[in-house]
Amino acid sequence: MATMKLKKLQYELEDIETFENPKIELEQYTTSSHIAACILHTAQFVYDDIKDKMVADLGCGSGVLCIGAALLNAKLCTGFDIDPSAIKLSVENAADRNVSERCEFVLCDVKTIYTSIKSKSFDTVIMNPPFGTRLKGADLIFLKMALNLATKAVYSLHKTSTRKYVMDTAKRMGVYSKVIAELRFDLPASYKFHKKDSLDVQVDLIRFVLPGEEQ
Amino acid sequence: MKLLTHNLLSSKCLKGVKVGYPLRIVAKDVKISESEYNMEFVLKMIPKLDWKVLVNAAEQIGHGNNLPIELIEDYEDDEELLKKIHHVLMEVEVINGELICPETQRIFPISAGIPNLLLNEDEVS
Ligand SMILES: C[S@@+](CC[C@H](N)C(=O)[O-])C[C@H]1O[C@@H](n2cnc3c(N)ncnc32)[C@H](O)[C@@H]1O
Repeated sequence: MATMKLKKLQYELEDIETFENPKIELEQYTTSSHIAACILHTAQFVYDDIKDKMVADLGCGSGVLCIGAALLNAKLCTGFDIDPSAIKLSVENAADRNVSERCEFVLCDVKTIYTSIKSKSFDTVIMNPPFGTRLKGADLIFLKMALNLATKAVYSLHKTSTRKYVMDTAKRMGVYSKVIAELRFDLPASYKFHKKDSLDVQVDLIRFVLPGEEQ
Repeated sequence: MKLLTHNLLSSKCLKGVKVGYPLRIVAKDVKISESEYNMEFVLKMIPKLDWKVLVNAAEQIGHGNNLPIELIEDYEDDEELLKKIHHVLMEVEVINGELICPETQRIFPISAGIPNLLLNEDEVS
């Protein structure tokens, strides 16, 4: 398991049950198994940020990132979401993949998570936060909360169009950041005021490194 | 909810609450799950924990496990103790019950293993 191949991980994450009635205002859609597997595989095999670590997933939705982290032997991966139906989905998906023991789920609002969870409680945070298309600034609020919870690194997806802003914000907080992959995201049309069925968005996978940690 | 998670939670999110820690636990159902013992992990977690809160939480739900009230100094070499700590942190899970704010007595339910920390708008600090 420790050297689980990318293909195998992706295969395990395929067909995860996803939102039946996605809530548009919460930007609910699931990271594809391909993208999720790439993120997690890189985090583990390039940076050693998953195995035996305390991992958090902010806005865990259907749980795909949590479950993937658990499959890569995170000691514990804790998923947080504001929506009870998302958490329920995560719990079921984790049970279905036999990783319940390595996953923990908490219903909570990530916007105020710093008042609910002790800071620096996790090694690594992995997340696909709302891009802030519905609630302006949600992406950066999630990022700040993630940086507050992690001691080592944060992996997060951000629209490429916001790259400079996001990385400048990190820099001001003394956090080193690096785009480690450029991805295309197929957003359901409902997330855009758009007529097309779906819409490709350019997205960056950014790795943020907490001060004092190896870059 | 594992006791490791409980060790990290507070109710400071509530309006007017100063510390909000630790949350008292009332457990209706507790389950023992299995988690692989990893000494390094336990050693890494211990300095991050509030020891007394862990011991009290374990006692509150009837799984005190004879953990010492004060953490002994040379715990690193006490494998038996480390295994106990691992058990209490990672394997004892509250499935149904309540977390109670020490200052306001506001109840946060735990159901199907999930603590619910969501607040109504008028409760947010
Ligand atoms: C883009 S989805 C990502 C879902 C999942 N992590 C994945 O990668 O497939 C964003 C998630 O954030 C959750 N969310 C949105 N606002 C939130 C908030 N304020 N607090 C907690 N979760 C929130 C949504 O319910 C949704 O599940």
